[in-house]
Amino acid sequence: MHISEGVLSPSVLVTGAALTAAGCGIGLKKLDYDRVPQVAILTSAFFVASLIHVPIGPSNVHLVLNGLMGLLLGWPAFPAILIALFLQALLFQFGGITTLGVNTFNMAFPAIICFYLFGYAVKGRNNLISNGAAFACGFFAILLGSLMVAISLAFTGDPFVGIAKVVVIAHLPVMIIEGLITLFSAGFLKKLKPELLEVVHAKR
Amino acid sequence: MVAEEFSSGNSLFHDLDPRIKIIVASLFSTIVAIADRTEVLLLALLFSVFCVILSSLSMGKLIRRLFLVNGFILVLWVVLPFTYPGKTLFSVGPLDATAEGIRYACSITIKSNAIILACIALLGTTPIFKLAHALRHLYVPDKLVQLLFFSYRYIHVIYLEYVRLVNAMKVRCFHPRSDLHTYKAYGHLVGMVVLKSYDCSERVHDAMLCRGFKGKFWVLDHFSLERRDLIAFIIMLLSITGLGFLQWGKGLFS
Repeated sequence: MHISEGVLSPSVLVTGAALTAAGCGIGLKKLDYDRVPQVAILTSAFFVASLIHVPIGPSNVHLVLNGLMGLLLGWPAFPAILIALFLQALLFQFGGITTLGVNTFNMAFPAIICFYLFGYAVKGRNNLISNGAAFACGFFAILLGSLMVAISLAFTGDPFVGIAKVVVIAHLPVMIIEGLITLFSAGFLKKLKPELLEVVHAKR
Repeated sequence: MVAEEFSSGNSLFHDLDPRIKIIVASLFSTIVAIADRTEVLLLALLFSVFCVILSSLSMGKLIRRLFLVNGFILVLWVVLPFTYPGKTLFSVGPLDATAEGIRYACSITIKSNAIILACIALLGTTPIFKLAHALRHLYVPDKLVQLLFFSYRYIHVIYLEYVRLVNAMKVRCFHPRSDLHTYKAYGHLVGMVVLKSYDCSERVHDAMLCRGFKGKFWVLDHFSLERRDLIAFIIMLLSITGLGFLQWGKGLFS
């Protein structure tokens, strides 16, 4: 899901950075000092989870889990994803400083959308609905994310439209895997620690 | 697995003030990302290579890292020459590769690698905790820096927990396959990692409250600008300005 440095056009980079700044502003505002350790350590958990490679047919994909992040964190998912990507850029040189804005927005925006669309359904009492919502959450977070990547590429220039299509198609299997993993892990958390799914909905 | 590969060492770049390194790295990346003239990009690459040489990093590690990072660029090389409009250079079956497409792919490759090398030389040579301190000194929002601090601090802890869980799965003869059982196991693994990190964060927060934490994170590292830092800063700033001048300067005088 990372777009490398030097590919995108200046206007796309600036737009991405501005949108991410706005998102992080809201996210940080909604984040009390009391919850900083919790969000930060969940960020490290997602960082570690993104190192998991799940087999699919002859190949394997690594987990993104931005849907689950949205479910558990709400708006603070924005700064959390920013930090995770910043650390990835520093430690592995995936992505970089100039693309940090675009890459963060491409992953965090779907996380927020999925939080609003599926958050209540996932923590609901009906098992069938909540499982379906959890699957949809993981699935749509990747679908939207790959669409955002495709849009960023397409706005950069016409020659990139071909690659943009490839990006979306290549992510189809990832969507299904992410849906399933989100379904099982959300179900697991709901059984063992239901309050984890409630935290983000608490009034503040 | 999660390690700062380049941060320890002894060189000019390892000793520079982190604040300077952050400013230079961001300026350089921005200028190079929006530049499009080939000679500017080549000079930028030269600048980065020069930085890397000065920071005396292990070449083997560096080259391995570059190979990993250039995956996306490889995809561009497969697609771009055939989708970019222009004069046909050669054809593969029904597809025509254009000279302009190849040139474009070339310039993106140079650009990307110039930025990556400069970032490795500048930011990779700084321990992340120092970077976080420097970011606080550069007026990045307090909460954001706290998030960075905590998440980096606990990545190692959570990673060890994760390794323990994976070992427990292996001991029980878990073989990853492409079936529902595998995905269920991985889903539960993710859930368990999240759960452990949540419990860990509660313990950490309680421990902080016990020690009188009131929401303020004191910055302990204070950096001092020395003459060497200033000279390096000015030289690098001048080179970057030079790059910008080469790219856009002509328009200023005509």
